[in-house]
Amino acid sequence: MPPSEAAVAPEAEPLVVRRPLPHDSAPRHVTGAATYIDDIREPAGLVHLAPGYAPIARGRITALDLDAVRSAPGVVDVITAADLPGPNDISPKLIGDDPAITDGPVRFYGQVAFIVVATTRDAARRAAKRARFTTVAEPPVIDVDQASDHVLPDYSFVRGNAQTAIDRAGRRLEGSFRIGGQEHFYLEGQIAMAVPGEAGEMLVYSSTQHPSEVQHVVAHALNLPSSAVTVEIRRMGGGFGGKESQATQWAVLAAIAAWKTGRPAKFRLDRDDDMIMTGKRHDFRCDYSVGIDGEGVLSGVDVVFSARCGHSEDLSLGVVDRTMFHADNSYFYPECRVTARRLRTNTVSNTAFRGFGGPQGMLFAERMMDHIAYTLGRDPLDVRKANFYREGRDRTPFGQQVTDNILAELIGDLETRSDYRARREAIAAFNAGSRILKRGLALTPVKFGISFTLMPLNQAGALVHLYRDGSIHLNHGGTEMGQGLFTKVAMVVAEEFGVSADAVRITATSTDKVPNTSPTAASSGTDLNAMAAVAACGAIKDRLYDFIAEKWKVGRDKVAFREGQVFIGNQSMSLGALANEAYLNRVHLSAAGHYKTPVISWNRDKAEGRPFFYFAYGAACSEVLVDTMTGEMKVERVDVLHDVGKSLNPAIDIGQIEGGFVQGMGWLTTEELVWDKEGRLRTHAPSTYKIPAASDIPENFKVELYESAGNREATIWRSKAVGEPPLMLGISVFCAIVNAIASLRPGIMPALDAPATPEAIMRAVRATTAGEG
Amino acid sequence: MADLPEPLPVQSAAPEAAEASIIGLTLNGVTRVVPLDDPRVTLLDLLRERLGLSGAKKGCDRGQCGACTVLLDGRRVNACLVLAVTLDGAAVETIEGLGGGGALHPLQAAFVEHDALQCGFCTPGQIMSALGLLAEEGNDPDPERIRAGMSGNLCRCGAHPAIVAAIRAVIGAGDRSEMPE
Ligand code: FES
Ligand code: FES
Repeated sequence: MPPSEAAVAPEAEPLVVRRPLPHDSAPRHVTGAATYIDDIREPAGLVHLAPGYAPIARGRITALDLDAVRSAPGVVDVITAADLPGPNDISPKLIGDDPAITDGPVRFYGQVAFIVVATTRDAARRAAKRARFTTVAEPPVIDVDQASDHVLPDYSFVRGNAQTAIDRAGRRLEGSFRIGGQEHFYLEGQIAMAVPGEAGEMLVYSSTQHPSEVQHVVAHALNLPSSAVTVEIRRMGGGFGGKESQATQWAVLAAIAAWKTGRPAKFRLDRDDDMIMTGKRHDFRCDYSVGIDGEGVLSGVDVVFSARCGHSEDLSLGVVDRTMFHADNSYFYPECRVTARRLRTNTVSNTAFRGFGGPQGMLFAERMMDHIAYTLGRDPLDVRKANFYREGRDRTPFGQQVTDNILAELIGDLETRSDYRARREAIAAFNAGSRILKRGLALTPVKFGISFTLMPLNQAGALVHLYRDGSIHLNHGGTEMGQGLFTKVAMVVAEEFGVSADAVRITATSTDKVPNTSPTAASSGTDLNAMAAVAACGAIKDRLYDFIAEKWKVGRDKVAFREGQVFIGNQSMSLGALANEAYLNRVHLSAAGHYKTPVISWNRDKAEGRPFFYFAYGAACSEVLVDTMTGEMKVERVDVLHDVGKSLNPAIDIGQIEGGFVQGMGWLTTEELVWDKEGRLRTHAPSTYKIPAASDIPENFKVELYESAGNREATIWRSKAVGEPPLMLGISVFCAIVNAIASLRPGIMPALDAPATPEAIMRAVRATTAGEG
Repeated sequence: MADLPEPLPVQSAAPEAAEASIIGLTLNGVTRVVPLDDPRVTLLDLLRERLGLSGAKKGCDRGQCGACTVLLDGRRVNACLVLAVTLDGAAVETIEGLGGGGALHPLQAAFVEHDALQCGFCTPGQIMSALGLLAEEGNDPDPERIRAGMSGNLCRCGAHPAIVAAIRAVIGAGDRSEMPE
C-alpha cells in the first residue's frame, strides 16, 4: 500500500503534524501515573529472580554448591544451566555464543551462573550470596592491546591505494588514540515479568526495544512456537540501545522461571548488577595515517579501528560496521582504507548505544581534522571546510554518493549565529593573557546515515482500527523509550483522519498485534512506523471512499477528513457517524499497514550499494574553559543548528537534540569505564560513573532547527530522523578541549584520549607542553 | 486525592529478622496506620510495594539517582535511604498527592508545558525535588542555584535544560525563549 500523497508532499497544509505538541504521556508522567513494568500491579503468587555469578572473569566453574541457597528463607527454586528446557542461547542471531546461564566456562566477570527464584526480591538477592563456587581461573584478556582472538573477521572499505596516496602527498601525519565506551544508565534498569498462561503460552512484559527478538528467543528457549509467546511493552524508562539485544536475557530467564514454577515471575536487575552484567558502547583504539597537501586537503586516509567487543558477538557486526560508515563524517577521502578489527575480550559483550558505533568513527574524523589543523597552524574550521563533500568530491568510502550537500550552508549559518570568528579572536587574546586558564572553541559537523545497514530491518507494520463511535486505536511495531515516537505516529494518524492527536488511542507495543517487527533503533522508529501507520489509515480510508461513492455518489476528490468531521460534497458528518454508517453497510474498518524503505541496497561482501536512504545533518559550536593546572573543564557556551528536515514535532525534536548533545558530551568528558586487571568493572554505580547532571549543562545552550525545505526523499511529512544524530554534536566539546590545550604550544596536536576526564586532560597538557604531539 | 488501597498483606521472607511494629504517618495529608513486619523496609518499598503508590521510582536503590525523591516533613529525601520504621509521626508527600481536584500543580503543568521530560522515569522525582528546592530557596530564580540544587536528580535523557526552564517558569523569572512557536 503506497503512503498517502499528502504525507510525503511538502506543500500539504497539515493541521496536527508540525505542531509542538507535548509528549502523549506527559500528563501521566508528571502525576506518577505512567506505568512502567515495575509499576504493573503484581499478579498473585509472583516470584522474583536474582542472579548469581562466579568471582572470576575467565576460567571454569568446577563445582557449584547451591545447598545453602536452596535452604535460604523464601527461596522457591534455583535454576542452573542443567534446568533449561531448550537451547541455552540468548544471542541475537541464535548462533550459540552467548548462554543464558553458563554451564561451566566463565568468559567475563558477572556472567550468570545460576538464578534464584524467591517470594521476594530481597530474599532472592540474599540467597544468591550464599552460593559456594569452586573455580579454576585463567588470566583474563581485558584490553584490545592484549587481545588476539576475534569475534568476527576483519573488514575493510578500500578505495584506490591509501598508502601510495599518503606517500605521494606533501605531508604525512600519523596518530593513535583511545575512544572510551559508555554505560547506558537508562534510569529504568533492565526488567521483565513473565506470566504463564494456558497450553504453555507465555506473556512477557519486557523493557525492550526489540519485542520480536525477545519473543523469538523466549520461544526458542522454551521449545515453543513463536505463536505461543507474546511480548508487550508500553514504555521504557530509557533504552539508548542498551535494550536492543540485551533486554533478552532477563526476559528469557523470567520466562524460564515462570515455566518451571508455574507462577508469574519478575526479574528486575539491581543497578550494580545491571552495570556489571550488561554491555556498553564499544571502546576503541584508533590508529591512523593520512596524507595532506599544504592547505590540509586530504589525499589519502588509512585508519584501523580496534574494537573491544567483549566475550561474544552480540551486535558487533552492525555496530562496528557503522563505525566504518561514519569514519568519513563529512569529509571526502580520495583514496582510503578503513579497517575494523573486532576483538574478543573477557569483558561484558558490548552492544548498541545511540549512534551504534557511528560516534566513534566520527570522533576519529574530527580528531584527524584537528591533527591537520594544529600541525599546519590553520583554523580547524577552515580545514574542515576544505575537506567537505561537494560536487565532484562526493563518494563515500563505501561508494554511496552524497547528493544533498547542505552542510556547507548549515555550517556557514552556524558560524554566523555563533559569532565564531569574533570569538576565535577574543579567545586567542584571552589565552595570550592567561597562563593557567585556557579557553577553547570548536565548530564540528555531523552527517549521519539513516537506515539499518542490515537491509531486512528496514520495514515496519502498524495496525489501525476505526470504531463505530469514530474513535481510533493505533498500534505499531515501534517502542516508546522517551523519544516521542508514539506521539509522532499518533499525530500522523490524526492528520490522516482529520482528528486531534488526543483522539487517537495509543497502545502498548505487542507482538500479537504487529508481528515480525524490527528493533526500535537506528533512529528509524518514526520513519518506518509512521509510514506503516499511514498505509493502514490509507487502506481504511480507501474503503470509506468507496462506500461514500456508492452511497452518496460523491468522488474521493470531494471528500475531506478535517476537524473531526468528514466533508462529503456540501454535506458533513462526524467521523463517528460515518464509521457507524459504514459498519452498518458491512465495511471493514480495521487495517494492517506495512512499509519498506525504498531505494536502499547494501552488499557487504562487495562493500557496495546505497545503504542509506538519506543523511541527517547538524553542527555544534562549543566553548570551554580548561584549567591546565588541575584538568578541570567547564562548558561555557553551546550553539547547535540541526537538520530534522521539516519537523513533525519541533518540541520533541528540540528535546532529542538537547538530550543527544548532553549524552554525547557525557560520553566524551565525564563518563569513564574502568576495568581492573582481574576484569572487574570498578565503575559500577552512579557514585563512580558520572553522567552529566543539571549543573554540567551550560547555561548558554542554544538549540535551533535548521530551516529546511524538507527531506529530499519521500519520508513521512518530509521529516528526518532525530534519535541518534544529535549525540555526535557532543564531539564539539571534545574538540574545544583539544583547542584549549593546543593553545599551550603551537604546532603540536594535543594527545587527548576520550573521555577527556581531568586526568586525561592533564596527560595531554603535559605532553603538549613537552612538545610531544 | 484518589482512595488509597489498603496495605497489602505483608509477607516476610526473613522471619528471623521480623519484628512486627506499627507506624502511623501522614501520607499526602491522610493519616495512615501501617503494620511493618520487617525493620529493613525502606520508605520507597513501603510506598511502592505495600501502599500501591508507584509514582516514586526506583532508579538505583542506593541514594544516588533521585528518582525516588519525596518530601519528608517538607524536606526532600531519597525514599530509598529512609527506613520506614523511623517514620512514626512523620508527614510524607509523594507525587500522587500533588495537585488536586483533577488540576495539575503549577510545577506539574510547567513540566508538561516545557517538555521537561522524555522517558519520564525521572520526572516524579524531579518534580518533588523541585518542590523541595523552591521551599528551600524561596523565590530565588538564579538558574545557577536551580542547576546546582537539582543536580542530585539524574536525567539520562538529558531533559535538564527544559527541567530548569520549567522550574524557572514557576518562579516566574524566565521562559524558554528558544522554544519554537
Ligand atoms: S532510587 Fe533512590 S536515589 Fe536512586
Ligand atoms: S526523562 Fe528519562 S531520565 Fe529524565
